[in-house]
Amino acid sequence: MNKPLLGLAAGGVLGVLDGLTALVSAPEVAPEILTIVIGSMGKGLMAGILIGWFARKVNNLGIGVAFGLAMGALFALPFALGTDPTTGKVYFWEILIPGALVGLIVGYLTQRYGERPRAT
Amino acid sequence: MTSLSDAAVRQLQATLELPDPGDRYEVREAIGRGGMGIVYLAFDHALGREVALKVVTGAGDSADLAARLSREAQVLARLEHPGIVAIYDVGVLADGRPFYVMRRVRGETFAHGAASRGRGEQLRLFLQVCDAVAFAHARGVIHRDITPRNVMVGEFGEVLVLDWGVARLMDAPRAVPTDPLPAPDAHAESSVSSIDRPATAPGAARTGDGVVIGTPGFMPPEQAGGAAREADQRADVFGLGATLRDVLSANGTALPRPLAAIIRRATEGLPADRYPSATALAADVRRWLDGVPVEAYRENVFERAARLYARNRPLVLLLFAYAVVRVIVLWWRGI
Repeated sequence: MNKPLLGLAAGGVLGVLDGLTALVSAPEVAPEILTIVIGSMGKGLMAGILIGWFARKVNNLGIGVAFGLAMGALFALPFALGTDPTTGKVYFWEILIPGALVGLIVGYLTQRYGERPRAT
Repeated sequence: MTSLSDAAVRQLQATLELPDPGDRYEVREAIGRGGMGIVYLAFDHALGREVALKVVTGAGDSADLAARLSREAQVLARLEHPGIVAIYDVGVLADGRPFYVMRRVRGETFAHGAASRGRGEQLRLFLQVCDAVAFAHARGVIHRDITPRNVMVGEFGEVLVLDWGVARLMDAPRAVPTDPLPAPDAHAESSVSSIDRPATAPGAARTGDGVVIGTPGFMPPEQAGGAAREADQRADVFGLGATLRDVLSANGTALPRPLAAIIRRATEGLPADRYPSATALAADVRRWLDGVPVEAYRENVFERAARLYARNRPLVLLLFAYAVVRVIVLWWRGI
């Protein structure tokens, strides 16, 4: 699988799983779980394709993982800064840290397992 | 009258015993000795380089030995491959014995050269041996004496398969070329080569009708039984397997089961039970290096899990770290 596609797939899947964990970490948000999962998947897809595109341009595991971490944190930041409309609480670290970790994992996946473009 | 010392006499004797290949090559010293010939270090004045020069020994049936040296030269000439020592020239000494000239190889035998390396590097060197042998098979040549002593590891990690003196030509199994080598032409280009390697392993037997060919421990049963002329490429697969076992077990550590199974299959008693070719053997070794299942071994579910973990360790650890973070977040909120 090429790197952008792998990033997209991994970002989407991990985004969904990351959103679903809200059921465990914050059960009070259960009524909005669909919105949370879709939002999480959306940011996973966007971060994933960006990380995959970067991995195609820069073939370096360390830099790719760092970029993934940064992208994961960046995309999670708006959600982390927001206030939950139901509870009125801010879940900053609960969203930011796992989001950044997901980006890191996608960065690793695309660098390690993604196919490099063939030379023409 | 002044008398010569013993050392001086020995020096003089050794110099007199050096072969005379003509003006182009200056023979310096013997560097290897085998069942049929001696390899000398020589200097090629025309090209200004050191080479190796192989000459048959004067002992035994010299006509037969000369024929075999000629055949070895012809076999080497067929095999232009980076993993097979290159032949440069052939000729006849002043005393009528044929010689051939080849590249001088600097390095260690596979047995010594691989000993200080890790298993992965040993296997990668072994794959180079397999490539060279597979190339020879594709050219219709069976080596029949693959041992760690007949493989050299050069200074830069290059691998060279040597000693093709008992090789069999598959397309002409019984029509061994016996034409003598051409007489050297004083004006023609010639070449010399030498090999920095020990003499052929003790116990190695030599070719001939009904005579066992090969090295004990490295030759397959069909060859040990005297049917060397029937040996096909699976005989070399046996030698490769035995060589791999010898090199990998040198430090005494137990081999992983898949690797042991690869060696076992390569050295099966019946040729039909072995890998069909050196390429197939190399492919299985390559699978092991790549962390995928090998053909020779059926792994159980635990071994499969362990292999997958070993192959994807960073990813597994990252996912584990993610799960740990999730648990920590949960715990933190619960405080």
